[in-house]
Amino acid sequence: MENSIDHANPTGSTPPVSPGPGSARQDDEDLHRAGGGGGRVVILAGGLSHERDVSLRSGRRVAESLRSTGLEVDLHDLDADLLPFLDQVRPDVVWPLLHGASGEDGSVRDVLGLLGLDYVGTGPRECRAAWSKPVAKATVIGAGLRTPEYVTLPQSLFRELGAQPVLDAVLARLSLPLVVKPTHGGSALGVTLVRRADQLPRAMVDCFAYGDVALIEEAVEGTELAVSVVDTGDGPVALPPVEIVTEGPYDYDARYNPGRTEYFAPARIDPAVLDRVRDAAVTAHRSLGLRALSRTDVILEKDGTIQFLEVNVAPGMTETSLFPQAARAGGYDLASLYRAIALGPRHR
Amino acid sequence: MNDSTPDTSSSTGTRLDPWFGAYAERAHGMRASEIRALFAVANRPEVVSLAGGMPFLDGLPLETISETMARLIATKGTSALQYGSGQGHEELRERILDVVRLEGIECHPDDVVVTTGSQQALDLVTRIFIDPGDVVVAEAPSYVGALGVFRSYQAEVVHVPLDEHGLVPEALETTLADLARTGRRVKLLYTVPNFHNPAGVTLSAERRPRVLEIARRYGVLVIEDNPYGLLGFDGQTLPALRSLDDDGVLYLGSFSKTFAPGLRVGWVIAPHAVREKLVLASESAILCPSNASQMAISSYLDTCDWKAQIKQFRELYRERRDAMIGALAEHLPAASWTVPDGGFYTWVRLPPGLDARSMLPRAVTARVAYVPGTAFYADGTGSDHVRLSFCYPTPDRIREGVRRLSGVVNSERELVEIFGTDSELDPDLTDVENPGPDLA
Repeated sequence: MENSIDHANPTGSTPPVSPGPGSARQDDEDLHRAGGGGGRVVILAGGLSHERDVSLRSGRRVAESLRSTGLEVDLHDLDADLLPFLDQVRPDVVWPLLHGASGEDGSVRDVLGLLGLDYVGTGPRECRAAWSKPVAKATVIGAGLRTPEYVTLPQSLFRELGAQPVLDAVLARLSLPLVVKPTHGGSALGVTLVRRADQLPRAMVDCFAYGDVALIEEAVEGTELAVSVVDTGDGPVALPPVEIVTEGPYDYDARYNPGRTEYFAPARIDPAVLDRVRDAAVTAHRSLGLRALSRTDVILEKDGTIQFLEVNVAPGMTETSLFPQAARAGGYDLASLYRAIALGPRHR
Repeated sequence: MNDSTPDTSSSTGTRLDPWFGAYAERAHGMRASEIRALFAVANRPEVVSLAGGMPFLDGLPLETISETMARLIATKGTSALQYGSGQGHEELRERILDVVRLEGIECHPDDVVVTTGSQQALDLVTRIFIDPGDVVVAEAPSYVGALGVFRSYQAEVVHVPLDEHGLVPEALETTLADLARTGRRVKLLYTVPNFHNPAGVTLSAERRPRVLEIARRYGVLVIEDNPYGLLGFDGQTLPALRSLDDDGVLYLGSFSKTFAPGLRVGWVIAPHAVREKLVLASESAILCPSNASQMAISSYLDTCDWKAQIKQFRELYRERRDAMIGALAEHLPAASWTVPDGGFYTWVRLPPGLDARSMLPRAVTARVAYVPGTAFYADGTGSDHVRLSFCYPTPDRIREGVRRLSGVVNSERELVEIFGTDSELDPDLTDVENPGPDLA
């Protein structure tokens, strides 16, 4: 079939056949043209997580896009009105665009399953694995990927053992610079790049403000790449990796303040290497049992080593987010792609 | 070629902003802030927000106001919905004199320029007086919205300490002398004399003439920002600085805290020559303030017992202040705080070693929000303080919020003890610059 995602190569190791600007998966185009509309979608955005603001922006963008394709779309917060609302409208599908906490840890999807509602994306058990950075790292290591050396330390451990002995042990094992981040959460919240040993205690305190468990990993130098993966029913396919170039860390401001960061999509990397990067993202997606869409963040070291950092089951969809950039770079019309995702494989 | 060497020919970069190279220098400091993002959560009902400075509008006689507004549009709609005077509606300017007379100000309606909230007045005053690099002297701490305006015009803010009696005249004298010695041009002294935002303190009657005398001697114009002056809990109002000095003070007033911030009406009282420039500056910025809002306020002042309404607000906010102070005493004995005699805020010093910015995500997780003290300083300090607002939540919610905050503080203290971190974070004051309206 022309203009569709490459069926022949489900590993996604080569770029999918680009549908070209303005087109979509042909079958959905047909549905749209036929006036089928496609049904009713409820997008969940907001919630009480630290990433509420980002989630609301993602939700609004996707809602606008889906409406432009003829779908009936409701945008709803995660609040006490939600379940009665869902019960009343019984949407064809629910798309959780909640970032952080219950949006990505699988719990909302558990509830949607209890209600017998179809939803977009990964199931609850797999969400829990992906949402936990150390669990995701361990899983992808098992699938043959590399990831920076790391340790995972809960706040309670420091209470029991004292800080300095533990941090000394960390510094003896891992090489500076280090990255300290909460084991759960995104948008670089609570993340600190630690260049000197005396910065580590403060970084731990800042990290624990966002969660009870910290992941400390060696910072690796190289090209920062984000690889979005989509699966609209024909297997996971990696979109063109997006190269992130920023002065200083890729922190909250660098992510959401347009201009701070320069993006290259596709990345300025040898195509053969890019294929390996895509393979890695699809491997992460598959090994973690993810569905519909994900975004894997990696560092490509100078010697060509791909270091897995983390994966997101509800990647950001804001104006500056990486997933839409990758889709555009792949030649997709965003609205059509979102529609294909919404109408693609679901999970209950 | 190493296989990961960038292939620069194959792709061009984007900053997602085609105008990235076109912005003025003053726009470069504008940042996306995780602190601001956290306040998105604070607006959820599950969160007790002790952050915002929103007046409690449920106390307004909404039915009466509704009838007044309907009558206004029915009888004067073509005027209310039309462009108006750049200086402001004359009838409202006359009514504003009734309001400021309560603080001892006697002036003429021509001395008044109506603005779109007093925030626009701040912008206009700064626009006509400040060149990049000029110095504005402000209290330490100072209102976040004013700091944002000063920063946007590239002023340098120099802080002067305040204590429980407000701005410290001796410190002001020393600061101005030091600045004069180093050849710095000080244009403005910005002060919130009554029920200070965020510190909650009031400039004593005894200090007022001294502050004015020092400013006059150094040739510094005083901006008296007074949104809370009529909200003293004992019903007393101190004489405005403007009532003591017609020429050396620009008085900024507002209906946002005593009536309705949604109408966006404030005003400046200025000496003749300054007023002329303010009107021109305002016309170039907005042509004219909203006629509809101004006439609505005039109607409200005409038809409602606005003084009784303010008295009711004072009693309501006093009850909430008492709830706040009582809860702090019960739940946060290791902290210290100011006890305001009016207004909306108390200024809390955290137990040693805690950092208000770093602690905010933990607070949001615990469903309570505050404004970190760093928002109120231009120099990177203030992380040992938080501003707590008692204007909007009910007394029960205030007590619950402080109880939650105490849990957050205790957890943070434990962490700080474990890690021995009592140093401040890297100063990064821009986090709450250009505050959202609910922080005003």
